[in-house]
Amino acid sequence: MIEAHALSKRYGERAAVTDLSFTVRPGVVTGFLGPNGAGKSTTMRMILGLDAPTSGSVTVNGKAYARHRAPLHEVGAMLEARAIHTGRTAYNHLLALAATTGIPQRRVDEVIEIVGLREAARKRVGGFSLGMGQRLGIASALLGDPATLVLDEPVNGLDPEGILWIRNLLKDLAAQGRTVLLSSHLMSEMSLTAEHLIVIGRGRLIADTSVAEFVRGAAGGSVRVRTEEADRLRTLLAGPDVSVASAERSVLEVSGLTSDRIGRIAADAGIALAELTPQLASLEEAFMELTRDAVEFQAPAREPALAKEGQAA
Amino acid sequence: MSTITAEPVTSTAPAAPRGQVTQARVLRSEWIKMRTLRSTFWTLAAALIALIGLGALFCTFTASRWASFNPHERADFEPTLTSLRGYFLAQLAIGVLGVLMITGEYATGMIRATLAAVPTRLPVLWAKAGLYAAVVWVVATVGSLIAFLLGQGILSSKHIGTSLSAPGVARVVFGAGLYLTVVGLLGVAIGALIRNTAGGIATVFGLLLVVPVLFEALPSSWANHVNQWLPSNAGQSLVTLHHQAHTLSPWTGFTVFLLYGLVALAGAAYLLKRRDA
Ligand SMILES: Nc1ncnc2c1ncn2[C@@H]1O[C@H](COP(=O)(O)OP(=O)(O)OP(=O)(O)O)[C@@H](O)[C@H]1O
Ligand SMILES: [Mg+2]
Repeated sequence: MIEAHALSKRYGERAAVTDLSFTVRPGVVTGFLGPNGAGKSTTMRMILGLDAPTSGSVTVNGKAYARHRAPLHEVGAMLEARAIHTGRTAYNHLLALAATTGIPQRRVDEVIEIVGLREAARKRVGGFSLGMGQRLGIASALLGDPATLVLDEPVNGLDPEGILWIRNLLKDLAAQGRTVLLSSHLMSEMSLTAEHLIVIGRGRLIADTSVAEFVRGAAGGSVRVRTEEADRLRTLLAGPDVSVASAERSVLEVSGLTSDRIGRIAADAGIALAELTPQLASLEEAFMELTRDAVEFQAPAREPALAKEGQAA
Repeated sequence: MSTITAEPVTSTAPAAPRGQVTQARVLRSEWIKMRTLRSTFWTLAAALIALIGLGALFCTFTASRWASFNPHERADFEPTLTSLRGYFLAQLAIGVLGVLMITGEYATGMIRATLAAVPTRLPVLWAKAGLYAAVVWVVATVGSLIAFLLGQGILSSKHIGTSLSAPGVARVVFGAGLYLTVVGLLGVAIGALIRNTAGGIATVFGLLLVVPVLFEALPSSWANHVNQWLPSNAGQSLVTLHHQAHTLSPWTGFTVFLLYGLVALAGAAYLLKRRDA
């Protein structure tokens, strides 16, 4: 459990985080979203006691992080820009961190195994690829078998296989009752990994909501359904808040229902679905809509370019 | 692949007081860090080579030219200092590595992992400073002894060597090790104060080498009083065999030098606690 109370941070004249309050609960993956410069990394550094808040406070399991006697067992962290000395091997890096709280060498081998770095463990970190660095960061976070994980853009630089791996890893960790907070810029990624969302922009809280709710509220958020029995499904789905459009005969664009719900309705009626896809581009658009006023660095011809990218994703 | 093999932890029953952070554990961690970086070995090797190699070189040179030395040069000759001359160069390597002990972590971002693991922070500084001082003391003392014995071996061919039992000689030989130890300590403290490799190294060199030269420019009525208190001048009193005018006595001088190091370390500790990582 991470609790932030009216957290603020100024760097000189610049307000990085302003009056931010939120709670990250155990048992679910919580996504921490915001455009570049929103204050995500700053907030995470404050959670870990690395940066001192200008005002307000943040606690982990009821105590300021620095007051925990066994910090690595309390919170596992992976910070922005690889907090790892490039001259050391991955194994020695983990061994040195582990030694601070007497974590045995066996556990170092274990986390290396978990993140799949066995082959590279004896190589110096300076030669690691971005993805290997991310895996080592995750290994560091898991060292103390902590009840809380704080990960700053863990997906950054991972290949599709790596992204899938980390998504499942984080879900498993949350399912074990841990508190998992991870930051990202990508709403589409978050909608697949996280259950809860904390969205910030320019250091202020914009939304604190479940992913399901966000998806439902997403402007034009729709689900694409393909089935041979499109007409029958269409009647079954009909409801007051539901709208169904159809571009092709076997394809429905459903708004107002989650993909979970649609799948359930179809299954109950014995309708086979060939495709059931939440329209992620619209999620990304909803996110941009939400943070539009809070975007720090705005490109002039932003919208067309990004919309295209969203579709391709 | 994605399963956690250790016992599950629930947030309602957070980790039992397993591994707490202790000074001894932080010391162990810093020891692992220190011995797993190649720069540690190379820099210490460079210091040793400077210390032993230069001493041997000067002694060889002196022994081979002894016959042609005039009486004045012979009177000035000091076998102990000639064999230990290399400490002047070795201090640069040791100062640089001291700075790197800290700034290497800032440059790579490692410091954030370190301070997240040890959020009380100060144990990290004590461990780094203590460990490095201990390692430098061992290396520099052994190096000084070897340089001295090797040098005297070379000089003895002309019967101009001296021995550890001669008055003041043991103090100078072991004093060189102590002086270099404080240089290392000063390096760590300055590294922690400046947090930037280039700036830290420049500051150490400036303090040890440039400041004394600058102060030479003072009128001698001032210089005579002030210069002996400058860090390196004070520290080098211990590595001087015969007491000269306007220098501190050996142990007073060394104590002053040590105090510089400790004050810098105290300042570093204060800032480490207060500054954002
Ligand atoms: N140490 C610092 N000194 C001065 N300003 C800082 C510092 N750290 C962050 N900032 C500023 O605070 C703001 C928030 O930065 P932060 O890195 O927390 O954003 P972020 O949400 O992590 O962004 P990104 O998505 O690009 O990683 C930015 O405007 C940044 O310039
Ligand atoms: Mg960031």
